[in-house]
Amino acid sequence: MSWIATIGLETHVQLRTESKMFCACSTGFGAPPNTHVCPVCLGYPGAMPVMNRRAVELTVRSGLMLGCEIPLYSKFDRKSYFYPDMPKNYQISQFDQPLCEGGGVDIALEGQPPRRIALTRIHLEEDVGKSMHFRQSSGVDFNRAGVPLMEIVSDPDMHTPAEAMAYLVALKQILLYAEVGDCNLEKGNMRCDVNISVAREDATELGTKAEIKNMNTFRGAFHALEYEIARQIETLEGGGRIVQETRRWDPDTQMTYSMRTKEDAHDYRYFPEPDLMPVELTEAQIDRWRAGLPELPAARRERMVEEYGIPPYDAAVLAADKRVGDYFEAVARQSGNAKASSNWIMTEMLRLLGEQELEISEVRVTVEALAGLIGLVDHGTLNSNSAKDVFAELFANGGDPQAIVAAKGLTQVSDTGAIEGLVQAAIDANPQSVEDFRNGKTKAAKFLVGQVMRVSKGKANPQMVGEMIERMLS
Amino acid sequence: MDNESMGFNFNSLTVHALQEQLQSGATTSVEAVTSLLAAIAERDGELKAYVTLDAEDALAQAAEADRRRADGEDAPLLGIPLAIKDVLNVTGQPCTCGSHILQGYIAPYDATAIAKLRQAGAVFVGRTNMDEFAMGGTTENSSLQVTHNPHDLDRVPGGSSGGSAAAVGGGIAVAALGSDTGGSIRQPASFCGCVGLKPTYGRISRYGLTAFASSLDQIGPMTHDVRDAALLLGAMAGVDPMDSSSVDCPVPDYTAALSGDLKGMTLGLPQEYFVKGVDPEVESAVRAAVARCRELGAEIREVSLPHTEYAIATYYVIATAEASANLARFDGVRYGRRAEGATDPIDMYGKTRAQGFGPEVKRRIILGTYVLSGGYHDAYYLTAQKVRTLIRRDFEQAFEECDALLSPVTPTPAYKIGEKVNDPLQMYLGDMFTATANLAGICGLSVPCGTTAAGLPVGLQIMGPAFGEEQILRVGHAYEQAEAGS
Ligand SMILES: [Zn+2]
Repeated sequence: MSWIATIGLETHVQLRTESKMFCACSTGFGAPPNTHVCPVCLGYPGAMPVMNRRAVELTVRSGLMLGCEIPLYSKFDRKSYFYPDMPKNYQISQFDQPLCEGGGVDIALEGQPPRRIALTRIHLEEDVGKSMHFRQSSGVDFNRAGVPLMEIVSDPDMHTPAEAMAYLVALKQILLYAEVGDCNLEKGNMRCDVNISVAREDATELGTKAEIKNMNTFRGAFHALEYEIARQIETLEGGGRIVQETRRWDPDTQMTYSMRTKEDAHDYRYFPEPDLMPVELTEAQIDRWRAGLPELPAARRERMVEEYGIPPYDAAVLAADKRVGDYFEAVARQSGNAKASSNWIMTEMLRLLGEQELEISEVRVTVEALAGLIGLVDHGTLNSNSAKDVFAELFANGGDPQAIVAAKGLTQVSDTGAIEGLVQAAIDANPQSVEDFRNGKTKAAKFLVGQVMRVSKGKANPQMVGEMIERMLS
Repeated sequence: MDNESMGFNFNSLTVHALQEQLQSGATTSVEAVTSLLAAIAERDGELKAYVTLDAEDALAQAAEADRRRADGEDAPLLGIPLAIKDVLNVTGQPCTCGSHILQGYIAPYDATAIAKLRQAGAVFVGRTNMDEFAMGGTTENSSLQVTHNPHDLDRVPGGSSGGSAAAVGGGIAVAALGSDTGGSIRQPASFCGCVGLKPTYGRISRYGLTAFASSLDQIGPMTHDVRDAALLLGAMAGVDPMDSSSVDCPVPDYTAALSGDLKGMTLGLPQEYFVKGVDPEVESAVRAAVARCRELGAEIREVSLPHTEYAIATYYVIATAEASANLARFDGVRYGRRAEGATDPIDMYGKTRAQGFGPEVKRRIILGTYVLSGGYHDAYYLTAQKVRTLIRRDFEQAFEECDALLSPVTPTPAYKIGEKVNDPLQMYLGDMFTATANLAGICGLSVPCGTTAAGLPVGLQIMGPAFGEEQILRVGHAYEQAEAGS
């Protein structure tokens, strides 16, 4: 009898707000320690929280994107535990009445039918500070304390590390589409805790779970799950028992280690936060937010295939990043040539972005410039090789493609007389190739075209050259 | 015992009387504050009402007030000296909350109530003693000093705002601020013979009031007469964006409600507040006050608040639960006192809190932690919340037929110092007539209504519906004026 793993994820996402969850301090990243602090986020005597309405809106917006139910009434609670990075030694969170309930994330693994991973809930809470350890002492930076965090809790609804990975990728994509947060794992504004248990395939109950906290790379989560599943199976097969515990993933050793067991688990002593009023929403408010939602990535992929006639693979690549998708659609509309737009972006653009570690928003090639370049090729003004040079120039320095073509003298030669002379010269200079061609070696024609292009410094229209060679030799 | 100094009699000098003298130019704020400081120097040695006096700062504020007046300004409290319970944050001043754990803490900001009073021109003279973190009814739980009742130095001033009550009642403050979570303004006011007002929950911003029990705490004035309470309430009331529990309800001119008669008013006597266990002298003083109100035109009616007997248990569950979280922040990490010699953060918490908190605070933190803990939460905390709703409904029903309710403030007058220190349960029962108003979120006023044969003051409690401060101030004022004129 084989084993089946059951995986649930709790994903924390920092919301894109100007100010913290309960005070006016900045959420800016990278400031000197303890410069974005005030009596409220330092937990001074008498200071009180005031709710950031924008954070509530962004959480509900995420919930709407993920198909959650939005209750009209939700509330905040105090979650008590002592830790030096917690200014009040309780965290304001949501216990039993979160902002969003249910919902799901669609995933599609290769070779498997698509499925929806169910969500339990999404709630809003405040982040804690950051402990720092020095040689002689420790300190806490409270700049991050009070930053709004949204926690997305999945059902224990995944069974393989690959599913968990696909879930995280799809979730991140949707949240980026919703523009609720930067979801930048390196900056720590997206991280997750994984819950994992294994059981015999025919078991009616889930096995005892372990929780691995604070995974800050998707790859780490994947490897931690692989390791943990193997460890649990090995333990059980060896006659051992899994204890409910919190474990830590060490990326250096690629192993998990026990941090604390259930016996010393926290009793958080939740109770309703008396300093905040409950969140009461109206149907009209939720409808207004719903009306302002962007398209979901999956819907967009389908529409792009339909509207632009591009292959599903292209649509998936282009829609993976919302801003790349937006860029593509703008270029396709302006140039009227969706296939060429897709080709330019998928090959040249994404390659250069990857090489230079740039975001599409930082790119110098304007929508107008790329559409213009496509037009020059379509009208035969520029051959595809020269177009690549122009693109490289646009990518490096920006500008107008027409002007670059003029400045570099790249206008394609399509004058029959001029080309005829060049072709004749190439035939005369390469009798062996002519012989080969006549003996059925079509490759020889390509060689002759290459010779013409070389002599013309790439300006000859290669299609015309090819046709002319065939005509003159047959 | 008459603190006369440069013509001021601080035993009776009211805010409104001093206001007139300042407006007419008969005196200056610097003169008033100088002689008040002299009175404090003379009397506070035995009362021990103040924990911090910053004479230099007080005189500088007074001089500033006089300058503002010379410039033609006439803010409502311009130049009026006030004593502040040591639980409110005042920029640049300590705020010990009567605890060792806040040793060395200097407030970096003004509580909203303080900022409003500052705006209105008030001068903050000193900070008054209190039970540690407002937990207690005698001020004996202060870690700093024991305050004495001005009417009998062997007795407690009440608490937790005992320092403010002793200062006003003892003639070494013109008026003071207190805070009331279960009676902490009204009870010491009744013990010390002054007026104490606990406003409706949400009437005055709690921002900057160090929290004991967030859903019960309110700031309020402690004064020589009802008019002063009305004046100070008006200066502090109003919605505050920094306190989400403050209510956006118009702030009337409370002094305009002080008509001097009670014609057309119906006053209720909750039968559960006139029971065995109430000291006979207290009961007769309160009954006499009720008779006086009838003479002034009020209709008196018996009412019932049937869930009163559960109030103390309910109060102690909710208040301690909230306190256990509110006091978790005092850990020595960011401010206040930090224990030496700790081996790790958790050890530091343990040592800091063990050394920093007194026994009553520890008792309540443990109780509150227990009632919220897994397996007990529903039986205690949730049940208490349900009973709280029933208590609130009792009052709503009573206020359907009454404009205000009259009762004793406490079952007994002030006790001897040390008398109840070892009997916390007995002490908790002293809150039974006052904690209900906090649970229901309504307002309550304590007005002196005579003394016992031994000369100890007795207080009349006047409770009103939420945002019914005008009604209870009107009743208190009419009664007070009638007594003064008789
Ligand atoms: Zn802040």
